[in-house]
Amino acid sequence: MSEEQLKILEAQFEARIARDEKIEPKDWMPEKYRKTHIRQMSQHAHSEIVGMLPEGNWITRAPSLRRKVALLAKVQDEAGHGLYLYSACETLGISRDELYEQLHTGKAKYSSIFNYPTVTWADMGAIGWLVDGAAIINQVPLCSTSYGPYARAMIRVCKEESFHQRQGYEIMIKLANGTPEQKEMAQDALNRWWWPSLMMLGPTDAESVHTEQSMKWKLKRKSNDDLRQQFIDQTVPQADLIGLTIPDPDLKWNEERQSYDFGPINWDEFWQVVKGHGPCNKERMNARVGAWERGTWVRDAAMAHAEKQASKKLEKAM
Amino acid sequence: MKKNWPLWEVFVRSKNGLEHRHFGSLHAADAEMALENARDVYTRRNEGVSIWVVESKDITASNPENNGELFEPAQDKIYRHPTFYDLPDEVKHM
Repeated sequence: MSEEQLKILEAQFEARIARDEKIEPKDWMPEKYRKTHIRQMSQHAHSEIVGMLPEGNWITRAPSLRRKVALLAKVQDEAGHGLYLYSACETLGISRDELYEQLHTGKAKYSSIFNYPTVTWADMGAIGWLVDGAAIINQVPLCSTSYGPYARAMIRVCKEESFHQRQGYEIMIKLANGTPEQKEMAQDALNRWWWPSLMMLGPTDAESVHTEQSMKWKLKRKSNDDLRQQFIDQTVPQADLIGLTIPDPDLKWNEERQSYDFGPINWDEFWQVVKGHGPCNKERMNARVGAWERGTWVRDAAMAHAEKQASKKLEKAM
Repeated sequence: MKKNWPLWEVFVRSKNGLEHRHFGSLHAADAEMALENARDVYTRRNEGVSIWVVESKDITASNPENNGELFEPAQDKIYRHPTFYDLPDEVKHM
C-alpha cells in the first residue's frame, strides 16, 4: 500500500469514529489503533485477574456467610470480567497465550493498586468501596468506546460491577457503626487505600502520554484529573455519612468550583509501584505464575482427553 | 508438546421466544467443556435458558472489504419496501 493510500484509509477511519460508528474486528484499522487497544484491553484484563488475589485470601476468613457468598461472587465476577476482556482482546489477532506471557514476564502492566496488601477484613470493605468505585468511574465511559468488542465487554462488566461497590460500602458502614475497635479498623483501611485509589485513576494530565490519541479514539472520554475530581467529589460525602475521615488535611470544599480541593499526591510512590517496587508486586506475580504453572498438567490432560474422545468418535464412524 | 485449548464462540438464548445471540468467546478443550465454561462465564445472573457453542474456526465470515458488492445493491431497491407504493388515502390499513 502506498503512503497516500494509507493516508486516505486513515482519514476514512478517523471519520468513521468521529461519526460514532463502531469498529469491528475484521475492519481495516491503523496499526497504532490495534496496538493501543491490545495494550489497554490486556492491561484491563490482567488487572481483573490479578485483582482476585488480594481478595482471595479473605474468602475463607469472611466474618459471616452473607459476607462470604458476596465476596465469593465478586471474585468470580472478576474472573469473568478478565475472560470477557481477554476474548475481546484476542479479536485483534493476539493469542491468549501471548497475553499471559506478557503478564507473566512483566512486559504487560496491571493496575498498580493490586500491589498493596490486604491486612484486615476492613480492607475488603475499602477495596469494594474505593477501588471498585474508582474503577467504575474509569469504566462507564468505555461502554461507548469505538472498538465494538471492547464496548460490548464493558457494558457487561459495568452492569455486574455496581454490586461490588455496594457490598464494600456496606462492610464499611457495619464496621463504622460497630465497636470502637471495628470503627478504628475501618478508618485504618480508609487511611491506607485512599491515596492509592486516587493514583489508580492515572497520572496527572500533564504527565499522561496517551491521553490525546485515546480521546480521539474514544478510549478515553474524560481526562485523568477530571475523573479523579469526580471520584473525590462523590466519595467524600459517603465517608462523612458513616463518620469516617478522609486522610487528607488539605481536603476542603471549594464553594466557587463546587468541588473539593485536595492535597498533593505522592507520585513518586505511584511510579515506584508501577516499576515493580510496591509492597506486593513480587508476591502477586509469584502467585499468578505459580497457579498457571501448577495448572499445566490439568490443561494438557484435558486436551489429551478431548483428542482421544475425538479420535474414538472418528474410528466408530469408519 | 504444548497444545492450546481452541477458541469457541458462545451464543445464548436469554429466554424462550428469543433467538440465540452472540455473547462472546472462550477457550475450552472440547465442546462439553466449552458449554460448562460458557455457563459459568456468561450466565452467572440468569442471562440464559439455552447455550450454543461453536468452534471459532468453523465460522465463515464475510469480509468487510467486500461490503460494497455484498450490501450496497440492496440500498437502491426501494421497491422492496411497502412505503414505495401509492395508496389512496381512503385505504387506512394495508
